[in-house]
Amino acid sequence: MNETLLRELIPAVTGVLVRRGADFATAEDAVQEALIRALATWPGNPPADPKGWLITVAWRKFLDTTRTESSRQAREALVAAEPAPGPADDTADTLPLYFLCAHPSLTPASAVALTLRAVGGLTTRQIAEAYLVPEATMAQRISRAKRTVSGVRFDEPGDLATVLRVLYLVFNEGYSGEVDLADEAIRLTRQVTSMTDDEEASGLLALMLLHHARRAARTTPDGALVPLAEQDRSRWDTGLIAEGVTILQAGLARDRLGEYQAQAAIAALHADAQAADETDWMQIVEWYDELDRLTDNPVVRLNRAVAVGEADGAQAGLAALEQVDPVVPRRTAVEAYLRERSGELALAARLYGDAARAASNLAERDHLTRQAARLHHVLRD
Amino acid sequence: MAKYLLLKHYRGGPAPVVDIDPIDRWTPTEIGAHVQYMRDWAAKLEGTGEYVDGQALSPEGMFVRYDGEGRPPVTDGPFAETKDLIAGWMVIDVETYERAVELAGELSAAPGPDGKPIYEWLEVRPFLTAAPTVTE
Repeated sequence: MNETLLRELIPAVTGVLVRRGADFATAEDAVQEALIRALATWPGNPPADPKGWLITVAWRKFLDTTRTESSRQAREALVAAEPAPGPADDTADTLPLYFLCAHPSLTPASAVALTLRAVGGLTTRQIAEAYLVPEATMAQRISRAKRTVSGVRFDEPGDLATVLRVLYLVFNEGYSGEVDLADEAIRLTRQVTSMTDDEEASGLLALMLLHHARRAARTTPDGALVPLAEQDRSRWDTGLIAEGVTILQAGLARDRLGEYQAQAAIAALHADAQAADETDWMQIVEWYDELDRLTDNPVVRLNRAVAVGEADGAQAGLAALEQVDPVVPRRTAVEAYLRERSGELALAARLYGDAARAASNLAERDHLTRQAARLHHVLRD
Repeated sequence: MAKYLLLKHYRGGPAPVVDIDPIDRWTPTEIGAHVQYMRDWAAKLEGTGEYVDGQALSPEGMFVRYDGEGRPPVTDGPFAETKDLIAGWMVIDVETYERAVELAGELSAAPGPDGKPIYEWLEVRPFLTAAPTVTE
């Protein structure tokens, strides 16, 4: 059994312990210890029933901990407790853990850290590495998050939307070290879609797959950003695209549109174009209109202005950009692009320079700096 | 989360708001209290899961540059009168910009002579992040 398959079992095992009466924080620690033991011993001596093995070992760890920490009576009460005759399927054990780790009382960063550890089964060190903080800091963030949700009832109905938001954040942000966060987000989102029947959950999975399909084409070997229009489309993963489109279409057919489905639809239209100039920008603008109705997000209006510029020309794009709040990040970069398309090269060069100085990430800053430099050269010649 | 650098300067930045003797004229107790305040502040941030790094720098440094193929690097300085001199830094990882400002404000209240806050100006600079995956 490989490590990923092993980690699939983690949330269900923790769920079983909690259902038996363990408190979440201690149960989660016990399962981590069982996981570490499994990684050490299973390669040479694999158990017949991996999940049963993990439950047994984690439960024993849990009892050891409470033995040292709590009173004798409390321990005896726990030992005496028969496993609750709850449902035996994994969903009933697993899904509540997702809800707990994305509980609305947690800040986004805490929910991300707790989800990666308690649901994803990553170690604190791996999570710390992915977010470039010391392990001690990440350990504190996780234990604070556990304290925050300690009063939440495990069987309390949860909000799937908060779970999806956390998984989207895992996919979209963070550095990849030993663990690939995009892969991890996809794995967890797959697990959620297998346990729920929700169009937005499958929409999010489709969105991730469609963006993940472009990964190889998105950067040069030395890490520079390659804009969508310039990507080598032969390097897009057609298998992931086909899977994403199939999942998306099944969801859209049920006519319960949400923001992840709309975003995935836009990604699917890009994926559908064999070359950048074959992109169906008219349809993309319509999807941005849908998305705007669903989210009221200024970033959507910014991206819509780009699409309008492609569909109806730079002047139309600039007119659409007028509606976007000047403080929205990347607005200057979009204006620079549209100004260049409308032939205002000197203004575009200056705006690219401004946008580079305001960029919040290194790859984008370098990309914008190169755009400014390219135009300055054109203007000199 | 976003990372911020909190820079302490020996010199440079806006004019001080209170007139304070250089630290080498303080009493040992005052210096001790100042250092302890910063340690406590860092320890508190470790506890909240927001601490990344903290280092102090010697004021004695020099400038170094490449001097062509096969030649040793050229050094210059140290310069006693450099306008801007960095004393050290803290790196924090926080949920919002407002939180970064709040924490910098706390650190700036470190005590000086007579245990009173020194109202030190701290420079707050955001880190550039990793590029997001979804941009369209």
